[in-house]
Amino acid sequence: MPQMTDERVRAGLTHEEDLSLLHEVSMKTAGVSRLEMCIQCGTCGGSCPAAQDMDHTPRMLFAMLRAGMREEVLRSNTQWICVSCYHCVVRCPQEVHIADVMYALKGMSIRAKLYADSTAPDFSQTFIDMVESYGRSFEMGLASRHYLKHFPLRLPGMMPMGLGMIFKGRMALVPKKIEQMDQLKKILDRAKQLEMIS
Amino acid sequence: MESSGRAYRDSINAIVEPLDLHFEEIDDWNCCGATEYLGINLIPAYSLIARNLALAAKQTHPVNGTEGTRTVVAPCSACYLNLAKADYYMQERPSLGVKVNEALAAGDLQYTAGTLDVRHLIDILVYDVGLEKIRSAVVRPLHGLKVAPYMGCMLPRPDYQHRWSDHEHPTELDDLLRALGADVIDYPLTTSCCGGHMTQIGPETAFELIRRLVADADERDAQLMATVCPMCQMNVDAYQNEMNRFFGTDYHMPILFFTQLMGLAFGREPKELGIGVELVNSRNALAHIGVEVPVTQEPAAPRKKVEGLPMPRRWTKHEGRKEAVK
Repeated sequence: MPQMTDERVRAGLTHEEDLSLLHEVSMKTAGVSRLEMCIQCGTCGGSCPAAQDMDHTPRMLFAMLRAGMREEVLRSNTQWICVSCYHCVVRCPQEVHIADVMYALKGMSIRAKLYADSTAPDFSQTFIDMVESYGRSFEMGLASRHYLKHFPLRLPGMMPMGLGMIFKGRMALVPKKIEQMDQLKKILDRAKQLEMIS
Repeated sequence: MESSGRAYRDSINAIVEPLDLHFEEIDDWNCCGATEYLGINLIPAYSLIARNLALAAKQTHPVNGTEGTRTVVAPCSACYLNLAKADYYMQERPSLGVKVNEALAAGDLQYTAGTLDVRHLIDILVYDVGLEKIRSAVVRPLHGLKVAPYMGCMLPRPDYQHRWSDHEHPTELDDLLRALGADVIDYPLTTSCCGGHMTQIGPETAFELIRRLVADADERDAQLMATVCPMCQMNVDAYQNEMNRFFGTDYHMPILFFTQLMGLAFGREPKELGIGVELVNSRNALAHIGVEVPVTQEPAAPRKKVEGLPMPRRWTKHEGRKEAVK
């Protein structure tokens, strides 16, 4: 992080605030993010059930966005710890789409390869690989690929659970494919092109 | 709904008849991407969700001169939220709607936001079917069964369509369970999060969230929890054991789908309702209402070494909480 000396701060004050990062995130958020409306009240962090595990509370993260601290924001684990419970969203007095902003930040963090821990991005990627191949999720494939890579030590302890799921008919051993896989593929390919140009 | 949520599907199938409901599955539906795709690519994520909306809109055909239905029902909270959010955001930000439709067009599909009403199963049961009708279908009231009503987080929030009585303490599930005759406990954590996908990526975060839910239900003497979401069921049920090991606790809090309890109240047998496939078994809890759950063949537990070498105990940052929570 650059040193914030008095001179830098004074020099900064003579310039207009650079809100390009804030706007970029806002535009990448689904719906109308209202991110610009944040008044730094901290209701979000106070409502968050997982804030104790976050590098920055959402409030702090939004201040960092406004300050243009791109790298620090995209390196933060905050967006990855967010559990999408929408507690903050319904309590936010400014109706910021906080959970959806977190999704936008995840995407930006993946593209910039700035995430500190690959567990979460890998899980998302593996999950959507399954969906893109079969049109449905495939828990057995997902779990085995994910755990072997990221939690090999958790596997022995999880065997009874995994076996229980299989024996009780709760986990299929082979994936099920949707019928119109080619249609889904065309839609997603086109959507990815659109994502690139937007 | 076909694998891990099988019990949910079976129990839904068992309650449609007594309530004169008719559901039609969306032909060739795809997975909505849960909370995973949204964090990777925006347009593909919403196109994936919108394909289901487009298929559903195409399928809602007029029946006997009526206009056909506008309602698409999701039994899973994540599916419900994704469908509802896609429908809402495509209207709130029209440029998203245009792009999603451009993608759908590649597969000869189209969806005009606002065409369908996205609703959750419990919404239909409480507000369309009505508690009166549910009450009249009860032949085996759940008297004496202490249930913690667990709504989960993604159902009542963010609720852009204003469908629920409250964002943080909705009472729909309480009312429904009461109509079944159950002894519904006050459960302040009813809309707290189960951790969602964090059981897969950040287990410590998830275990703490699961612990809170289970510990609170236990403290209030609940015999079981009732859920409306397959993800919540999976986290609280399948990961309870691992959570116990992590904290050194010994909770045994079964969690069933609310539809399974409805099925029981309507006189169906546990087996038809997928009761018995949960990993934290509900046998003892259901004995309170005189329901006998047949013992299913459980896989042999890994053999425990009786006399092993002394191993160093794993020290966790949560050590010492055992006394605090019990």
